[in-house]
Amino acid sequence: MIVAILSLTLLGAAFGILLGIANKFLRVEGNPVVEELLALMPGSNCGQCGFPGCSGAAEAIVDGSAAPTCCPPGGKALAAAIAEKLGIEVDLSGMVDDGPKIALVAEELCIGCCRCSKVCPTDAILGAAKQIHNVLREACTGCSACIEKCPTEALVMTPVPVTLQHWVMPKPLAA
Amino acid sequence: MGFMNLFKHFLGKDWGVHPADHKRPASDVPTRKLPIPPRLHLMLSQHVGAPSRPIVLVGEKVRKGQLIAAAQGNISAPLHASTSGTISAIGEITAPHASGLPGMAISIDSDGEDAWVETEVITDPFSLSPEDIAKRVAAAGVVGLGGATFPSSVKLNLGRRSKIDTLIMNGSECEPYLSCDDRLMRDRAADIVTGIRLMLISTGAGEAKVGIEDNKPEAIAAMREAAARFDNVTIFPVPARYPMGSDRQLIVELTGREVPSDARAADVGVIVHNVGTAYAVQQAVCLGRPLVSRVMTLNGGAAATPGNYEVPLGTLISDLVAFTGGTTGDVAKLVMGGPMMGTILPHMRVPVIKGTSGILLLDANEAAGGEVEDCIRCGSCVKACPMGLLPLEMSARIRNDEMDAAADLGLADCIACGCCAYVCPSHIPLVQYFYHAKGDLYARERNKLRTEATKKMALQRQERLEREQREKVEAAAKRKAERAAAAAAAAAAEAAKQGESA
Repeated sequence: MIVAILSLTLLGAAFGILLGIANKFLRVEGNPVVEELLALMPGSNCGQCGFPGCSGAAEAIVDGSAAPTCCPPGGKALAAAIAEKLGIEVDLSGMVDDGPKIALVAEELCIGCCRCSKVCPTDAILGAAKQIHNVLREACTGCSACIEKCPTEALVMTPVPVTLQHWVMPKPLAA
Repeated sequence: MGFMNLFKHFLGKDWGVHPADHKRPASDVPTRKLPIPPRLHLMLSQHVGAPSRPIVLVGEKVRKGQLIAAAQGNISAPLHASTSGTISAIGEITAPHASGLPGMAISIDSDGEDAWVETEVITDPFSLSPEDIAKRVAAAGVVGLGGATFPSSVKLNLGRRSKIDTLIMNGSECEPYLSCDDRLMRDRAADIVTGIRLMLISTGAGEAKVGIEDNKPEAIAAMREAAARFDNVTIFPVPARYPMGSDRQLIVELTGREVPSDARAADVGVIVHNVGTAYAVQQAVCLGRPLVSRVMTLNGGAAATPGNYEVPLGTLISDLVAFTGGTTGDVAKLVMGGPMMGTILPHMRVPVIKGTSGILLLDANEAAGGEVEDCIRCGSCVKACPMGLLPLEMSARIRNDEMDAAADLGLADCIACGCCAYVCPSHIPLVQYFYHAKGDLYARERNKLRTEATKKMALQRQERLEREQREKVEAAAKRKAERAAAAAAAAAAEAAKQGESA
């Protein structure tokens, strides 16, 4: 009896101390899941989700106050990836996603005012004052921050053009 | 799955399929030369790697064999004018690709003279150093002519970096309908053997083994005669079975070595080149002639005069078909390459590229596929798969968009030979599923890289903005200090002046 009580008390104390030490030395700052989600997200901090940047959105998704579908540039692919990471079910049917999009400058409308290039989070818009601007395809994340800045509506979002290098053979139709 | 693999183990060496080869009578007709068409279109990207960069301007006069686009990057190939004439355009044209999307091309209006540039003829090519041979091959724009179009010089240089003991020459030509390698071996065996010997020097390999399928007895005889004087070049007839021409299968057949899943042929000490490439190497090194034409097969039920043709690169398929007498009946399926692995083309207004081994004009009878039905789990595809994969399991997962599950089953090892789809009694387009899944996985990988890159850009922009802000504040503070100092100095001067006057 005494032996049992003693050994259990000792075990309890030992593990308690161990846990205390672990809490001190192996402490993780912040939620690691937030970091993982952040790695999946576009990272352009465009703010379309209504949160202050991608890290804000990632935190909100993890604590459940935002849906995984809140990121328009990420689209369905990102929502599915987030849901898989968090192990939750997500309803993608309500999500409007016509595939990835990028901004395109209509050259005949651009007046070279430089307003769009100032707001682009990835510096994807190229151009000098009174020169026609252009969007670098590989750098544009499709955040559409530039669209409303354009005074002549020369910027439009278009589906990412398919090229020989980007083409994927379509899935065969099921039997 | 373990059980299925065990099952397969007992089946033994029974991979592949035996489709009707349809090679004759096209292969028995001597190679004919196509006259120069009025306009040629040379695609800038007709090899694996970075597209070549144009170095000519529209309106410029060029001669046959003149460099018109330079290689850029480590894996790339230069491009040469395939006839003499004037550069008429540099722009987009429909690419010989299943997507039917456009690609950049240089168009040449031929002047009909077909005049070569000055070429350097080497009298003793065997005295060249290995590096020199590889350099000449690279400058001539030679790529793998079996259809893979990998820059040949890169592979030749590989021999000096990793230990290569055997050079495997692929003359198996296992695809049905095609006979361009067969014809080349019959007509130009001596040149091919010279090319093989040059490649031996360049790779540093001790011997060359030429694998030719036993359904080409004339080619075997011609090559044996040409190689008889050389101990280090041996001709090996291999059983006719599709896909014998796949490098991994041919390596096992000729050397008994198996290339591991995540390794390349060079890792087991061999390197594989096509016999057509050997001919191009001979032309490039001995005669200084860049790759500007190739022998290709025109075949199929709707072809008026099936046979092999030496075609200048950039010839439109429509010009080729028109020259050979048009079509007999409707073309149900237009294929570039062989019927098993070839590319289905959208229309005939696409140019011949370096990798075009054949053009098939298949009639309705040949193109007919059966109605797609449900999988009956017969295992025919498992037996046929030369890579030991489970096509039925992989396709079932891909159908439900579970690409990762398919990748776990070995999708990356699939060589897309099409044996599985060929044998499937339910006519399931198995290989098309694998093409789709591979493309999808590749696109995902590329997207990930792109996201990482854009993230980096966003971060750099933020840093730049912060730095600019900081500099602005500092500059403002500096100006303020300067103004204060100036004001103080002025006040002091004023005070001194007042003091003087007082």
